[in-house]
Amino acid sequence: MLIAALIIIVVLLVLASVFSISDNLIQIEAQKQGIDTSKKNLSIYPKLSELFAKPTPPYVDKSRFHRLTKGRDILLSGMPGTTIVDAEVSRFGVKPTDFRGIAPIPKVEVEEGSEVLAGDALFFDKSNPNIKYVSPVSGELVEIRRGAKRSISHLVILADREQQYKKFDVPSLHSSREEISSFLQASGVWPMILQRPFDVIADPENSPENIFISCFDTAPLAIGSQFILNERSEDFQMAIDVLNKLTDGKVYLGLDGREGNQPHDVLLKAKGVEKHWFAGQHPAGNVGVQIHHIAPIRGNATVWTLKIEDLLVIGKLFRVGIFDTTRIIGITGGQIIEPILVRTKAGASVSDLLKGRLNDDVESRIILGNVLSGETSGEDDFLGVKYNMITAIKEGDYYELFGWLLPIKPRPSFSGTFPNFLFKNHRFEVDTNTHGELRAFVMTGQYEKVLPMDIYPQHLMKAIMIGDIERMEALGINELSEEDVALAEFSCTSKMPLQSILRDGLEMMREQA
Amino acid sequence: MGLVDLFKKIEPDKKNSPFLHTAYDAFFTFAFTPNTTTKGGVHIRDGMDLKRTMVFVVIALQLCYLFGTYNIGHQHFDAVGMYPGFLEGFHLKLGHGLIKMLPIFIWTHVVGLGIEFWFAAKKGHAVEEGFLVSGALIPLIMPPDIPIWILCVSVVFAVILGKEAFGGTGMNIWNVALLARVFVFFAYPTSISGDGAWVAGFTEIAPGAAVDYGWAHNVFNSLFGWMNLDTFNSTAVIADGYSGATPLALAYQGGWEAVTEQFTVAHMWWGTIPGSIGETSKPLILIGAAMLLLTGIASWRIMLSMVLGAAFMGYIFNAWDATAFMSVPWYYHFYMGSFFFAMAFMATDPVTAASTNTGKWIYGFMIGALGLLIRVFNPAYPEGWMLAILFLNTMAPLIDHFVLESNMKKRLSHA
Repeated sequence: MLIAALIIIVVLLVLASVFSISDNLIQIEAQKQGIDTSKKNLSIYPKLSELFAKPTPPYVDKSRFHRLTKGRDILLSGMPGTTIVDAEVSRFGVKPTDFRGIAPIPKVEVEEGSEVLAGDALFFDKSNPNIKYVSPVSGELVEIRRGAKRSISHLVILADREQQYKKFDVPSLHSSREEISSFLQASGVWPMILQRPFDVIADPENSPENIFISCFDTAPLAIGSQFILNERSEDFQMAIDVLNKLTDGKVYLGLDGREGNQPHDVLLKAKGVEKHWFAGQHPAGNVGVQIHHIAPIRGNATVWTLKIEDLLVIGKLFRVGIFDTTRIIGITGGQIIEPILVRTKAGASVSDLLKGRLNDDVESRIILGNVLSGETSGEDDFLGVKYNMITAIKEGDYYELFGWLLPIKPRPSFSGTFPNFLFKNHRFEVDTNTHGELRAFVMTGQYEKVLPMDIYPQHLMKAIMIGDIERMEALGINELSEEDVALAEFSCTSKMPLQSILRDGLEMMREQA
Repeated sequence: MGLVDLFKKIEPDKKNSPFLHTAYDAFFTFAFTPNTTTKGGVHIRDGMDLKRTMVFVVIALQLCYLFGTYNIGHQHFDAVGMYPGFLEGFHLKLGHGLIKMLPIFIWTHVVGLGIEFWFAAKKGHAVEEGFLVSGALIPLIMPPDIPIWILCVSVVFAVILGKEAFGGTGMNIWNVALLARVFVFFAYPTSISGDGAWVAGFTEIAPGAAVDYGWAHNVFNSLFGWMNLDTFNSTAVIADGYSGATPLALAYQGGWEAVTEQFTVAHMWWGTIPGSIGETSKPLILIGAAMLLLTGIASWRIMLSMVLGAAFMGYIFNAWDATAFMSVPWYYHFYMGSFFFAMAFMATDPVTAASTNTGKWIYGFMIGALGLLIRVFNPAYPEGWMLAILFLNTMAPLIDHFVLESNMKKRLSHA
């Protein structure tokens, strides 16, 4: 009996070694022939992910498809419909604080009361005077608002009824990189190009390794890119051609590979780009996550990122010669009476956008952007260039009797202690209550569940807290931006402010660089 | 919200009486989740917080509490040879269990929470929830006959040196509950050594020894007498041939046969055996473990790898087969001792366990393997999980260090 068992084991071992040697030989042969084994599975063993893969939609390129298993969508009430109306907005504002990386007191080039055209320079940062920050609309500059320590917080423009655009002399696409770059800086679109690491305005001196554009947004209540791209296909393709002049690397598009979400035709037909497909829950649509899976940032490399809205501005600038920031804005959230999509320009006044749309029975929080990484709207604030949505939710400054034990109202949570898994498609009415107090890190493995990257967020946060720059870098801080850890911050049991910790770390890194 | 206003009215002044204010704040935030709203960062927060996390662990322990209390009484009457059926003499067994259990529970919390409140007042922060779980665990892992003063000293040691010295909840290196127990077992080996400690209510554990009843039993007696029920019989003595030994002690002496002479597998599975208060009943512990797993509070990686580690080690011992204990079939090891309790509630403590997912696999596997090694090889101490977990608590940062290091290398090698 024992001998029989031994013989069987030996035979199995021999068979296994034969298989494994032949497998290795195949790999070696593939390397000799210069085939990239990381993209194609040349092994005789199928990968587990291949065996159990769900079918992908037919338009998806399977070799560039990434299925992200980590992450969670948060469904909230107040999702806008599909109709788009033109917003009636009379005032527009440009906020220097929107542009991360410039000094708090930029040099303003126009005086209060003067008339400007859409595309006229308003101010510049003294550290780089070539990069102009321009007016999104034509009209009268009615106010230069100042914030703390005489910093400039808003430049407010009363818009003309009939918009007038400054006519730019557009260089041809065959001109040199320098010419195109300096034109982008002078025409006011440069500040839309962000660079990673640090998620700040790109440095024109640098040539980026690659340029990444995420073409879908998975954040709560985000608007679909099909609305943004409708009737703008020429602008989109033109912008891609321009970007290809700026980098020696590639322009990557991160496309929506989720079942039943076919991307817009413009994206499917785009040329001069490498398309990658992502399926998964939030934050699959974050450009940082996509970079990590396409071509991660390593060493001193910098990459650039843009949003689709900004691409359309660049495209129109090169096609028609005007700075036109016309875009679709989502007005969303549980406190909006009728959530809706509106068409307006960058910098629209929040109070104009919300006129008659806000439910004012209870106190609301107006958020520029989404509930995870947006910012709280100040008094008489403006939707800057960064955001394409406003979210209004209830303020949550109430006490709740035994709220930690028996929540009376449903609330979004990733914890299994809530019966939320029974209501998969429920859209939650949320408020801003913290549902608990700040504590030290206790739970582990929580952040990893909602960050589809090979990064240890909790250890990174601890490294930032003690200010260990080398460790921060080694743990991958350069690949992250606030929006990437926002979901982890949401789910944090200890209510840690991860986004602001990360920003502190990024600022530390920037000072060092 | 009339109730909130009422509570707010009695709020003590923070400056004049910091301790009172801290205590007030602890009870107020216990009754009401605070009205704080998000500032900067995310605008909405998950409904989960640390209180809820901790309380779910405490809820998961409740079945162990119920059974443990009753089993104290059951073991007591088993020793004197009365009421052999599990449910016979129900009121007496429950009464005796409560007499033993309540002081342990109350003193643990009075001492532990007192220290927590005092430190919170001194340091000027809110009372953290860590002791909710530690305080629920400590009574369950103590022998039922532990003198109260030893219990109190061990809680003081565990909370002050084990936790507050490191900065409070979330900062400790070792599992607080296990520190309390390890303190008892190494500081007072004479009063709690051998087999004697596992059955409560006697002057000593030897055949013919008399029961040791106090005023509380008399109170119960007058109550039971008035209700026309059986009363505690203070003339009862321990039956002949009774040793009070736990299955592990027997297994060390004579292997699986010696164990099965006294206990059946069903006894050990259902937990009607002597042992620490809360760790005997396997199904009830597994219900708690399932609850922690389903809610995602405890790490399934640690639990699974710990089972694998113990099975692996048990299998090796079976193959080696040098002593009687080694030859106990590996799957029977799960019936004896407190493996499941250690797995579900001790090893999974997120603060002291490894914090990376890969690290958790290693951490759990090592506890499983090492714990069984101690159990089988150490004649002085019959159960290994406590020492194995504390040892791996110490090693967890090292495990994480190597996991992180490999992640960092991956990134830097491309630089």
